Amino acid sequence: MMVSNLPLITYRSTILSFAGCIFPAAHNLFKEMHGRVTADSRTAPMRRRCCRALSLALLLCCALTTTSLAQDWVRTGSGLGVEKVRLAVPDFKPSTNDPQNAALLKTFNDTFWGDLDNSGVVELVSKSFYPLQTPGQPPDVIFQAWNVPPPNAAMLAFGNLGVANGKLKILGWLYDAKNTQSPQILGKEYTDVPTDDAARLIAHKFADDIIFRLGGGIEGIAESKIYFVSDRSGHKEIWEMDYDGANQHQLTHQNSISLSPRISPDGTRLAFSSLTKSGWDILMYSTDLNRLVSFPRYGATNLSPSWSPDGAKLAFASSRSGDSEIYLCDANGGNLHRMTANKGPDVSPAWNRKTGAQIAFVSGRTGLPQIYTMEADGTNQQRMTDQGYAVSPNWSPNGQFLALAWIRMYGPGEPGSSDIYLMDIASKKWVQLTHDGGHNDFPYWSPDGRHIVFQSSRSGREQIWMMLADGTKLHQLTFTGRNTQPDWSWK
Amino acid sequence: MERKNMKLQTLKTVATVASLAAILMLGACKKKAAPPPPPPPPPPPAPTASISVSPDTIQTGQSATLSWQTSNATDVSIDGMGAVQASGSQQVSPSESTTYHLTAKGAGGTQEATTRLTVNQPPPPPPPPTPGPSDEDLFGQNIKDIYFDYDKSDIRPDQQGSLQGDAQFLGQHTNINFTVEGHCDERGSIEYNLALGDRRAQSVKNALVAAGVDGNRIKTISYGKEKPFCMEHTEQCWQENRRGHFVYQK
Repeated sequence: MMVSNLPLITYRSTILSFAGCIFPAAHNLFKEMHGRVTADSRTAPMRRRCCRALSLALLLCCALTTTSLAQDWVRTGSGLGVEKVRLAVPDFKPSTNDPQNAALLKTFNDTFWGDLDNSGVVELVSKSFYPLQTPGQPPDVIFQAWNVPPPNAAMLAFGNLGVANGKLKILGWLYDAKNTQSPQILGKEYTDVPTDDAARLIAHKFADDIIFRLGGGIEGIAESKIYFVSDRSGHKEIWEMDYDGANQHQLTHQNSISLSPRISPDGTRLAFSSLTKSGWDILMYSTDLNRLVSFPRYGATNLSPSWSPDGAKLAFASSRSGDSEIYLCDANGGNLHRMTANKGPDVSPAWNRKTGAQIAFVSGRTGLPQIYTMEADGTNQQRMTDQGYAVSPNWSPNGQFLALAWIRMYGPGEPGSSDIYLMDIASKKWVQLTHDGGHNDFPYWSPDGRHIVFQSSRSGREQIWMMLADGTKLHQLTFTGRNTQPDWSWK
Repeated sequence: MERKNMKLQTLKTVATVASLAAILMLGACKKKAAPPPPPPPPPPPAPTASISVSPDTIQTGQSATLSWQTSNATDVSIDGMGAVQASGSQQVSPSESTTYHLTAKGAGGTQEATTRLTVNQPPPPPPPPTPGPSDEDLFGQNIKDIYFDYDKSDIRPDQQGSLQGDAQFLGQHTNINFTVEGHCDERGSIEYNLALGDRRAQSVKNALVAAGVDGNRIKTISYGKEKPFCMEHTEQCWQENRRGHFVYQK
């Protein structure tokens, strides 16, 4: 199944099989609610499995659908109907007596657990099920303590950490807990300086190795970065952090208003929009040189840059013609040409990250902003959203989906909450990912296509949040100041 | 002085004591030979002194040349300037009218001379602007911001009055340059609101140009929802924030 790398399919087929096999009425209800569910023959075997496994959850669902018909969504839980690998991850153990070990172990274990927990490809076995004696190296592994209930782990990740002679050495193993004859899948040794950052980095690397093996050969994201706008310095500036929220630091010092960061595919240049003396300009920051590098000032209002996946072109919105339109230029700012020409603001272009052949964008040509797509030469402009207020498109790495922010029920008297949605480009079918209140905007896909980062005011002020692309594993990454417009590195 | 006196003495002595002349000529200054018996000195001549200034009238800040000449004086001074050469000239630039007083003292007495330099104050600066309102004050009092409907950038009918008033004022004060800022309420998305604010500012500019205001006087900028006037989450507050805001350009 494509389940592991296409969470939307997981989510939708789960809902379908779940609703369809036990409670046809619920299927119809769902159809009415979402307006475009189609039966999928591939899901039939799974339906039977679901029927047995989820009867309890179904009762809850029935209660929910009968008591609150007004509610427009059904929470079914993460990965229902999908067998995720059960992975046990006992804390790594100290291998030397160095006093630094305790602090480094805490950093390593917390980071490692977080990476695997957030990955969306494994189910971590709760630590309360672990045996009293956990292994720090291969001879310590007692298979029958792990591979039967209650832990019932399919996989076991373990290892040790120690500082000796000024070096940090970490050994890690991934074992198939049910294959007692030749259990080892991975055995890794890492050496680095004994710092917190090094321990965190090694945890990311080992977690990515495991996710690569267990997640269908898709590279993990534990070493990826997120760029965002924060006002903590008193001005809106561009900041950078690790994907898990660690190591947040300020990049730009414009002392103005800087918005819409977009890192280049190779990670060396960050385009953003900033208010300068001459107006809103696209500025270019070099992450190698840690300073601004030159980029043309086009005049008028220039907003929302977006890199083509080959890093050779930038799309952005400019009002140099008097009305905000989508323009394309080369990576150095040359060869500027206009892609759209119509009344009403066009803004927020987003390239098809797989093909580089299409661009999604926002247009107010018919009134409230809607999502459109076009070929990268400006032809074949297609409206994607049918109603409401739809902004902030972002194309999935596999090229199949758009993430967007949508106030579907916009209008007088409507609550008008902005939520994150996914839309299948080919069919224009959509699914709602956030439901829990607040204003949610600027979704951005992770490089592995399994996660979405976005901004939300659900905790009060706008903060950066992250979730799996099926809406689960929601958690907050920033807590200080106002933080908006996240942008994920390409790898 | 000493040398001068010595020369004088020598000259007179030549006339009467020829035999001593050679000795005096050889070493008059270096060596005081045994003085001859002094003849009775004739009465010394009285000193002379004159001083003038040209021009004798200047404006504040200009300068004039002060010139003086004396003779038979051993001690020459000008009040306020101290001792000076027996004759000479100097640039002066007093800030107010001054009388220069030259005193020449010599063995023959004292001679004084004066001259006056008149300094005219420059014409008084133009009187401070009448305490009436400045352009900026007038701008602030007369110009009205233009308000918009949600997600709209066209000038709605109830704003036409404000717009015509603004155009009339700006037509009467053609020296005033200004910026129109486009603002939006907090509800929309950051990027779309910046584009919308841009259109609002453009929309106000276009309407003013259509009403006869020179477009070169008008700058536009969008603030989207980045600089709200009002921070509450009410329709009244949102309306406050959906506007084209006029800013006087200094």
